[in-house]
Amino acid sequence: MNTEFDMTASTSPDTAESEIAGTDVVHDVVIIGSGPSGLTAAIYTARANLAPLLIEGEPSSTSDQPGGQLMLTTEVENFPGFRDGIMGPELMDEMRAQAERFGTIVKTEKASSIDFSERPFTITTREATYRANSVIVSTGAQSLMLGLEAEERLIGHGLSTCATCDGFFFRGHEIAVVGGGDSALEEAGFLTKFADKVTVIVRRGELRASAIMQDRALANPKIEFLWNTSVTEINGADKVESIDVVNNETGETGTLNVTGLFVAIGHKPNTDLFRGVLDMDEATGYLVTRPDSTYTNVPGVFACGDVKDSVYRQAITAAGSGCMAAIDAERWLEDQH
Amino acid sequence: MANGITDLSTATFDETVAGADGPVVVDFWAEWCGPCKKIAPILSEIAGERDELSITKLNVDDNPDIAMKYSVMSIPTLIVFDKGEVVGRITGAKSKGALLEEIDGFLATSR
Repeated sequence: MNTEFDMTASTSPDTAESEIAGTDVVHDVVIIGSGPSGLTAAIYTARANLAPLLIEGEPSSTSDQPGGQLMLTTEVENFPGFRDGIMGPELMDEMRAQAERFGTIVKTEKASSIDFSERPFTITTREATYRANSVIVSTGAQSLMLGLEAEERLIGHGLSTCATCDGFFFRGHEIAVVGGGDSALEEAGFLTKFADKVTVIVRRGELRASAIMQDRALANPKIEFLWNTSVTEINGADKVESIDVVNNETGETGTLNVTGLFVAIGHKPNTDLFRGVLDMDEATGYLVTRPDSTYTNVPGVFACGDVKDSVYRQAITAAGSGCMAAIDAERWLEDQH
Repeated sequence: MANGITDLSTATFDETVAGADGPVVVDFWAEWCGPCKKIAPILSEIAGERDELSITKLNVDDNPDIAMKYSVMSIPTLIVFDKGEVVGRITGAKSKGALLEEIDGFLATSR
């Protein structure tokens, strides 16, 4: 199926218009989100002959994009099956191709509203409305920003959430990374290929990152750590010139002369679309599923991957829960007949 | 080349962009940039659909001087030129609809 615009008059009943309205087609499974969990759910439901429709999202330079968070990483060394590692975007291309091989219909669109109040469920994008007997929610999580006013103005001008996209432009510069987790240290390590010095700004007195990432970062002579420190302001009219920082223990303030600031302070789940509909942790927004399953509070709607996981958040755990969602959806659909 | 994307270099940049008498969009990109790869097919579509827009791309690895001249610090960056003048820039990957909206907006205000 293809919704590309065809300027020639069509005589087939399957015109672009009827497909956009889409009211006559009810898909067995619609999957929202195309990271490791969504694509694994697609591979499994496609192989179960459920012809899943995957709404993969729209391109962006944040982690909220087709392929998800791995699209902004470089080498993935902990996904089983790749002894020499694989590039994040390449791994996602492989998963997507595998899902398509078994008949997944992929739409490069972003879900803008949903109605789960009656069946079939509806999912609306800018281009179309889709109807579904069951829905798998795998919308993942996206990078948090610092919440400073200057961010909007300076993003892309020295402020970045994507080291792999922008690191190249900081050859010979002194820059900073905010965050103490695996992604912060991965970015810092990557950035030392270009920058003369990378200061990692950590809010607490210790790192959250895994042992191997900590060892690498602590041994890297170009990386320096600033502990118990928060960024209070980003200075510069049209590009980053310096940042203001404060020590959270002593209250001491200072200015760091850096031309680049990379933010990797964690993630928030992409669940705004489901507020008031699907059960979620009110404070964090993570979806809540029935223990040991991917069932949400709405029968026929399943959730998998980082959107419901605030603990593990790995590509492999996301893929595993995507498989669970596919099997849960398949069995649930069978029980409806 | 009609209805395609012209690959620019430092040598051809001035002639193709500064010397153009109509709108030119330059996509600053690189091989290692995931979001750049996501918008490449969108730009091809736009090139095919919009005859009056000249869509071009410039590899920042091979042509760092041009990227530096236009202060590109993040890719993908699209710079929109009209009659050789910069009329707007878009930083970061976006959907086709959003890209066209911004490009058309820049061109409308420049005229």
